[in-house]
Amino acid sequence: MQFKKMIAVSIAALMVTGPATAENVLRWTSQGDALTMDPHSQNEGPTIAMNGQIYESLVTRDADLVLQPELAESWEAGPDGWTFKLRQGVKFHDGSDFTAEDVVFSFERANHEASDYKEQAKNVTSVEVIDDHTVKLMTDGPNPILPNQLTSIYMMDKGWAEANNVTAPQDFKAKEETFAVRNANGTGPFTLVSRAPDEMTVLARNPNWWGEGKFPGNIDKIEYRPITNAATRVAALLSGEVDFVLDPPLQDLKRIEGADGLSVKTVAQIRSIFFGMDQGVDKLRTSDVDGNPFKDTRVREAFNLAIDKDAIQRVVMEGLSFPTGMITPPGVLGNTPENDPSYGFDPAKAKALLAEAGYPDGFSIRLDCPNNRYNNDEKICQAAVAMLAKIGVKVNLDAIPKAQHFPKIQNRESDFYMLGWGVPTLDSHYVFSYLLDGEGSWNATGYNNPRVNEITKAITTEIDIEKRTAMIDEAWEQVKADMPYVPIHHQVLAWGIADNVDIQIAADDAFRPRFAVMK
Amino acid sequence: MLFFILKRLAQSVLVMAIVSAVSFSLFNFVGDPVNNMVGQDATREQRIEIRQQLGLDDPILTQYTRFLGNMMRGDFGLSYRIKRPVDELILERLPATLELVFVSAIIALFVGITLGIYTGIRRKSWISRSILSVSLVGVSLPTFIIGIALIYVFAVHLRWLPSSGRSGTIEFGWWKTSLLTVDGWRAIILPAITLSLFQLTLILRLVRAEMLEVMQTDFIKFARARGLSERAINFRHALRNTLVPVITIIGLNIGGLIAFSVITETVFQWPGTGLMFIQAVDFVDVPIMAAYLVFVALLFVLINLIVDILYFIVDPRIRLGE
Repeated sequence: MQFKKMIAVSIAALMVTGPATAENVLRWTSQGDALTMDPHSQNEGPTIAMNGQIYESLVTRDADLVLQPELAESWEAGPDGWTFKLRQGVKFHDGSDFTAEDVVFSFERANHEASDYKEQAKNVTSVEVIDDHTVKLMTDGPNPILPNQLTSIYMMDKGWAEANNVTAPQDFKAKEETFAVRNANGTGPFTLVSRAPDEMTVLARNPNWWGEGKFPGNIDKIEYRPITNAATRVAALLSGEVDFVLDPPLQDLKRIEGADGLSVKTVAQIRSIFFGMDQGVDKLRTSDVDGNPFKDTRVREAFNLAIDKDAIQRVVMEGLSFPTGMITPPGVLGNTPENDPSYGFDPAKAKALLAEAGYPDGFSIRLDCPNNRYNNDEKICQAAVAMLAKIGVKVNLDAIPKAQHFPKIQNRESDFYMLGWGVPTLDSHYVFSYLLDGEGSWNATGYNNPRVNEITKAITTEIDIEKRTAMIDEAWEQVKADMPYVPIHHQVLAWGIADNVDIQIAADDAFRPRFAVMK
Repeated sequence: MLFFILKRLAQSVLVMAIVSAVSFSLFNFVGDPVNNMVGQDATREQRIEIRQQLGLDDPILTQYTRFLGNMMRGDFGLSYRIKRPVDELILERLPATLELVFVSAIIALFVGITLGIYTGIRRKSWISRSILSVSLVGVSLPTFIIGIALIYVFAVHLRWLPSSGRSGTIEFGWWKTSLLTVDGWRAIILPAITLSLFQLTLILRLVRAEMLEVMQTDFIKFARARGLSERAINFRHALRNTLVPVITIIGLNIGGLIAFSVITETVFQWPGTGLMFIQAVDFVDVPIMAAYLVFVALLFVLINLIVDILYFIVDPRIRLGE
């Protein structure tokens, strides 16, 4: 009898859920944890998002991706650099003041060889201190979009870094971890309370934050726990253990919508998905034909017309994508309503174009595709294989993990591949310089148009916005005609959110708790 | 005896060397870690330089000898993914895995033996038959599905237990335990059941088969003729004789539990070594993968060594064969 009672009591104890707290605690999850707390070490989504609560940059973006002052209050362009007026009275979490010295130090650190931000930071050749709260960021000639390039370069305290021996990010040959990997001292709205990588990271509201009272957010404490498995992540939201899931899988959205007290928010993401065709090599590596059919624009057009982007949207993406004819989405300067619509779907014309180009019976080729990177990436490729088969092109699909897929593009070992591209600067230059310029490091298509190359260079220094935009439009017209890529769609982001919290979704997939309101 | 153990030890070292060499040569097919270590804007030159710094372009044999040399000095390197020392990371995650394996082994043993005895004695009752058919589910459904199903029933639908994660931990030096708090037990129940199901079924069927066999033997008939109580016959005489093969199987399966925990830990976001390994594979975090595989190989080799020594002590024929 006694024993039965004991069991009953312990079962009852097991069923009781934790006590309610008075403060506003936001519990959320997504797939990956931040890799490090060092703000200059890893240029990677979850790491930037986590560090962005603790550290701040001179300029930031709000949920509508409009540039907003953060540690700088105002800025002004000049012929050889930009002058930034720093915010006064800002303190780091350890109490020291934020001054021009820290800006100098942070840019040096971000430019260090072991930094993963040096491609962005290198736009600033040096930092000139004008007074304690004014700096001039020197550039190599005029730079019209410098503020856009600074939004994820976070400011660190020089004194703290020196005291803890972390004046440089940890490099790849390091034998020991540095202090900054697990400790953080920023100026941001939240302070790091505790961190167990891949388990739980707890942040607390910073009462001394400069923005206290200026933002609607009322979160006192953030508990972030990454959940690797997608089904488990959704279960945590459905069971009420978390208030917010950043990346629920698309197939579970209906179930979240249908659950009491939960809803889904969607927004067009700043990321486009497309196929690249290598027109640069003389002979395709994976084809049964001699020579390279992709050298012929008609073949590239045939590929564009053979793939039914609307069907992919309907069947594969369950409506959650925007079919397109560009490799960069709305929101990026250069995407226009005229160029954005897709090339359309016309298999008969595609087959005729192939015949005209000398391939009436088509040819064979391998399509390289990641299977763990983009929304439904492998399924999109499978759909494309079936569609291209209809015009006689026999596609062998090679769908593999991203760690094996991307090196193929990097090393120029693919004839036909899937790639997605996001644009942190929201400016076409980022797309041209990587994907369309003949020398672009991610341009594995061999596309090398002198005029596009020229414009890519010219828009880095053209300050006249109207002239610059006209050049960008001209380049996109040229690309539209040359068709080095097969654009598929712009991705759609979906966040699963409990009704007890008001969260603004943002197209860059970053959660901004300073705007989050708990009811 | 000493010679026997030394011989076994030498063989174990050889096995370890082969396992680590084979696993190491597989890393070449997992992909390029550098792609995950830098942002998309890193240039090709920067990527090549990092590959060189990490020695990833060296011949596999060079990389392997370097790894062995460092390992001998107790240096497993830093994780590519979280940039912290690998040995420290494994020690940090090990308690979670060991506690999970411990609890599920207890569940498998306790429930498996109880149900095994019951179905062995009352083999014609409908309860026994339904236990047996349900137990088929345990062996035939993948761990992944069972885990998700438990989460949906007990966390999402009934909301009795947390869906994932490990909570309520208390630290004793470097060992973080979750077995001393109610929260900790609430969190461990579902993953432990998931992990135990396969072993539980195995033990259940083994005990049942052994019971059926033992119940037919002469000494049981004799015990019955002596007028002993059913209870004494079943537990004192029958059960004891079924336990020898069960213990052997369990010993061998502890290693299997640790290996299976990779999937269970992923489903339940249980912060043990298995979850760490899966994340390392995804990232191509070579230092973690290498150290983990060496660790698992060591574990299996040790278990086998102990089993061998036990046989040596228990079974005189092995001694004679020497």
